[in-house]
Amino acid sequence: MLTLNNIEVMYNDVVLVLKGLSLQVDEGKIVALLGSNGAGKSTTLKAISGLLKPDNGEVTDGEVIFDGQSIAKRDAADIVRLGIFQVMEGRRVFEHLTVEENLRAGAYTRRGGNFASDLELAYTYFPRLKERRSQTAGFLSGGEQQMLAIGRAMMAHPRVIMLDEPSLGLAPLLVGEIFRIIKRINQEQGTTILVVEQNARLALDAADHVYIMENGRIVLDGSPAELKDNADVREFYLGLNEVGKRKSYREVKHYKRRKRWLS
Amino acid sequence: MEKFIQLSMSGVSNGAILALVALGFVLIFKSSDVINFAQGELLMIGSYLTYTAIEQFGLFWPLGVVVAVALSAVAGVLIEQLVLRPLIGEPVISVIMITIGLSSLLRAIIGAIWGVSPLPSPKFIPTDTINILGASVGANRLWAIGLSIVLLTALTIFFRRSNDGIAMRAVADDQQAALSMGISIKHVWAVSWAIAAVTAAIGGILLASIFGGVGASIGRVGLLVFPVVILGGLDSIPGAIVGGLIIGLLQSYAGGYLPPELGMGEVAPFIILIFILLVRPYGLFGQKIIERV
Repeated sequence: MLTLNNIEVMYNDVVLVLKGLSLQVDEGKIVALLGSNGAGKSTTLKAISGLLKPDNGEVTDGEVIFDGQSIAKRDAADIVRLGIFQVMEGRRVFEHLTVEENLRAGAYTRRGGNFASDLELAYTYFPRLKERRSQTAGFLSGGEQQMLAIGRAMMAHPRVIMLDEPSLGLAPLLVGEIFRIIKRINQEQGTTILVVEQNARLALDAADHVYIMENGRIVLDGSPAELKDNADVREFYLGLNEVGKRKSYREVKHYKRRKRWLS
Repeated sequence: MEKFIQLSMSGVSNGAILALVALGFVLIFKSSDVINFAQGELLMIGSYLTYTAIEQFGLFWPLGVVVAVALSAVAGVLIEQLVLRPLIGEPVISVIMITIGLSSLLRAIIGAIWGVSPLPSPKFIPTDTINILGASVGANRLWAIGLSIVLLTALTIFFRRSNDGIAMRAVADDQQAALSMGISIKHVWAVSWAIAAVTAAIGGILLASIFGGVGASIGRVGLLVFPVVILGGLDSIPGAIVGGLIIGLLQSYAGGYLPPELGMGEVAPFIILIFILLVRPYGLFGQKIIERV
């Protein structure tokens, strides 16, 4: 349903961040994009959602195809209307608006839709938000803000929700809860999910298909089961050595050497 | 006592007009970070257009006012599209310089169309005086107060309840996040300039009635927007309203009670401006950044 073909993204006309990246997201699936800092994960999402412009970035080559039409040159508002919604990194709730106003802002593209029932739907997934509906969003806890950010995405009825590091800065317990809810949204609403993560274990547990990025390219992809068996993934992303024990810190140097080979 | 009531009424009516004008200014600043030095000229555009509609085209005055306000809104949107939109992403200082240039340009255009000498106020809002507790107050001042209350309430409801209002506040909070949910920032900017032009036009019309003439003196009131918004907080809508009333009253009392040769009526707002900048630069209601601990 969503296909990226050899896309290149350049920032400020000089920095080439994505160097011919291709990936495919099938309808109704959860797809995870893994990679270390600076690999270009967020850039990939922004290239899809049309949010590169405020960062002075541009898709210079390749194509982004959604439902058979090219969307690389469309602006962000059109892409939301087509059904792709990005939940940005760091939650980005509107701090001075209340929870419910945040959700209304999320429903901006759904003029004429039934706001009340959409709101109830979001509240069934995030009952905590209902309790805090009239509170200023800036004063919510980090977990609640992440819930609000995802709830806000649901309000637009997207067919694809792209989540940029939903685990960022949250306690492990909350991260587990958020991922359970994401899975529920995927199964019950049929929403396709493309999630960017640094937390490999989480991503491998939740996803149907996983892509691994290094330096602006996809270097590996496969089902979570395949990747969990891949020696490189076990070593670099799960921190396990061949025998399955935790690896010693001394061997970390090896990481860089192997990584160079990978990319 | 009569003097007090008289001064209070004129202070409140001036303050209400200032609040309206400041609201437009705050709106533009909130949604696009533009400090609009041409706010005073928007006032003049409104009052001159009303003059033309009523005196030159002979429209029935409520209709004339509506036409003038609508044309002002169009002017506001045009200014945004032609002058400010090409400046997206340019440094703040360039944008400020552009609005200063814009104010000179607009003044010149107004001068070219209507001439530079003041015109008589169009006959519209009744100007006869009404006796309140022994003080005589112009009916046009009561109009100013009433109309401002209605407009400010309407706008407050607009920001709280309507989709566009919430979108505008969302853009003020986090532009990129607003963009990510399909809110069109260009649309929001156009709407905020339209609203600013409308409130300024209505302010200008009310001032024309109170001053008894249409001329550059209306534009000078635009300068008073700065003490109002600095006092209230540059990005606060309630701040604009409260700030407007305080500055209006202060100006009126300072002018009425202090010796007129000091000219304190003119100066007092700017003394406040400096004082507020020294002790509380974000103003009474300005947004401080919410920090979760």
